[in-house]
Amino acid sequence: MSILVYIEQADGAIKKTSLEAVSFAKALADKEGGDVVAVALGTIDQGELAKTGSAGASKVLHVNDEKLNAGVIQAHAAAVAQAFEKVAAKTLILAKSSLGDAVAARLAIKLNAGLVSNVTDLPETGSGYKVKRSIYTGKAFAETELTTDNKILAVKKNAIDLKTDGADATVEDFDVNLDESVFAAKITSTDQATGDILLPEADIVVSGGRGMKGPENWNLIEDLAKELGAATGCSKPVSDIGWRPHHEHVGQTGVKVAPTLYVAVGISGAIQHLAGVNSSKYIVVINKDPEAPFFKAADYGIVGDAFEVLPKLTEAVKALK
Amino acid sequence: MKILVCITHVPDTTSKIQFTDNNTKFDKSGVQFIIGPYDDYALARAVELKEQTGGSLTVLNVGEAETEPTIRKALAIGADDAIRVNAFPKDSLFVAKQIAHYAKEGGYDLILMGRESIDFNGGMVHGMVGELLGMPSISPVMKLDIEGSTAKMAREIEGGKEYLEVNLPFIAGCQEPIAEWKIPNMRGIMSARTKPLNVVEQVSDEAATGVVEFKLPPAKGEVKLIDKDNVEELVKLLKNEAKVL
Ligand SMILES: Cc1cc2nc3c(=O)[nH]c(=O)nc-3n(C[C@H](O)[C@H](O)[C@H](O)COP(=O)(O)OP(=O)(O)OC[C@H]3O[C@@H](n4cnc5c(N)ncnc54)[C@H](O)[C@@H]3O)c2cc1C
Ligand SMILES: Cc1cc2nc3c(=O)[nH]c(=O)nc-3n(C[C@H](O)[C@H](O)[C@H](O)COP(=O)(O)OP(=O)(O)OC[C@H]3O[C@@H](n4cnc5c(N)ncnc54)[C@H](O)[C@@H]3O)c2cc1C
Repeated sequence: MSILVYIEQADGAIKKTSLEAVSFAKALADKEGGDVVAVALGTIDQGELAKTGSAGASKVLHVNDEKLNAGVIQAHAAAVAQAFEKVAAKTLILAKSSLGDAVAARLAIKLNAGLVSNVTDLPETGSGYKVKRSIYTGKAFAETELTTDNKILAVKKNAIDLKTDGADATVEDFDVNLDESVFAAKITSTDQATGDILLPEADIVVSGGRGMKGPENWNLIEDLAKELGAATGCSKPVSDIGWRPHHEHVGQTGVKVAPTLYVAVGISGAIQHLAGVNSSKYIVVINKDPEAPFFKAADYGIVGDAFEVLPKLTEAVKALK
Repeated sequence: MKILVCITHVPDTTSKIQFTDNNTKFDKSGVQFIIGPYDDYALARAVELKEQTGGSLTVLNVGEAETEPTIRKALAIGADDAIRVNAFPKDSLFVAKQIAHYAKEGGYDLILMGRESIDFNGGMVHGMVGELLGMPSISPVMKLDIEGSTAKMAREIEGGKEYLEVNLPFIAGCQEPIAEWKIPNMRGIMSARTKPLNVVEQVSDEAATGVVEFKLPPAKGEVKLIDKDNVEELVKLLKNEAKVL
């Protein structure tokens, strides 16, 4: 039996979180038996598609239709449903993301499948089918039972290590029948920072808060981020005042990140900010106030003025290389 | 235009999360409940759109009688009437089935929800309702305008946004900065007491998932403080101890 994985791409590059989803499916297949088939939509070249093999897929169904390059929710859902039927899958795995969530929800209805999002561990399938998911914005977990035959799991970043040693996947062209109605929502344009490391996918994040005093000081955050190969983030007031774009806002009402390292500079550590970062493996806090609540959630801390500490830290990271 | 806004009744964002009954139930003691923050954005935008285009604004919640103060607050913010589907919201599918039924019955032009609930963080009810009703569902929407029978919006994507157009009716899962949260004023609070809050029965008992056990994350250890004049030490720790560099 095959486990199907829905792959997301941006400009022809497969997202790392989607490859993690492939590795998750592979670990599940190793436990349960069966193989992993990925379904990729839109223009993607062969070399890129083969990457799904190293992550654990044995086959990729490629729907090579440029109308699917953009994340048209209904069209993606319809295409993935056809792939699910073609391989007679019972389980669909995907990476949790803004598009993944939207597509998975529609598929849950189309496929009569139980859907669990924010999955943090491989399912337990001994008695019943149980999945651990993160709830209350990272403040708790729920061991969740799925009672349907078909199942969809949207996997949270870092739920599993990315596998990179798999054999090449065979690529198979796959034609789908898409009704005009699935293109009812028209994407007229996109406005996306290119070349930057995307915040939700970053392994390291450097975030600044109101303690940075103004947008003119963000070069200090950016310099450190650059040395670390990190994405930049910010607290909610910082994006509310317009110092930084909204998509960098981390927290309860913004992006939830799950990097291996989160560096918070001049952020007090309000509970709503912590809700967006509590899945980080390590947290470093730089704040001039030793009483800042963020220190209670941190692994490492420096009590000091960001304007003095940041340039020194950037130099020290540079010196490491 | 007939607008429907679906709202959750969730613990305030500052709540300490705890469980009772052998970790099978959320512990409500000392917890204050609010309108889900994302739903609150959806509601705020709905109030503005109603002011522009006229029509009606209904809020809907699937929940037991305890959610009524939260529903009244939405009426105080500007909804005209409310529907409470009288049922314990078992899971996302269960909720979506109830919403789909009553949304269809009401014949709304625009259905606004939050991008996700802040208790179970599913981010899926809007998509499920969309599929059940055969309507487009777009999420997370950060800007929304209605021109005639067309909705124009910006949807947040990783690292930026995408602009879309779709004909009504459709469903949006909303987030900031679609509108600013509205605080009810005295007149709103007074009038909310007499606005209609219709209690209706569940139409389906179907659910696909159930929580077996809740768990809390392990407590965080003590923070290691490094002197501000010795940042090299931090870099060493990150490299050799945490092994993240
Ligand atoms: C429903 C709701 C949802 C929310 N959602 C979010 C969310 O998603 N994300 C979010 O971030 N917030 C959110 N908030 C807001 C949150 O409560 C805090 O107000 C916010 O996180 C504070 O941002 P800040 O830490 O940047 O600013 P402040 O709280 O003002 O903290 C600034 C910090 O910088 C330090 N500082 C000042 N100068 C220096 C210096 N020179 N060097 C070093 N440190 C310095 C100060 O000691 C202080 O700790 C939400 C609030 C509500 C009510
Ligand atoms: C005390 C209490 C206990 C609960 N226990 C459970 C439980 O054990 N398991 C469980 O699955 N759920 C439970 N719920 C319900 C939960 O709050 C959600 O309504 C439901 O789980 C859907 O969650 P979701 O995260 O998938 O929603 P999402 O898909 O994240 O929600 C997206 C949007 O859909 C709308 N929406 C979601 N739920 C509702 C609703 N109930 N009424 C109206 N609109 C809604 C909102 O606009 C929301 O922003 C409980 C609720 C309460 C008040």
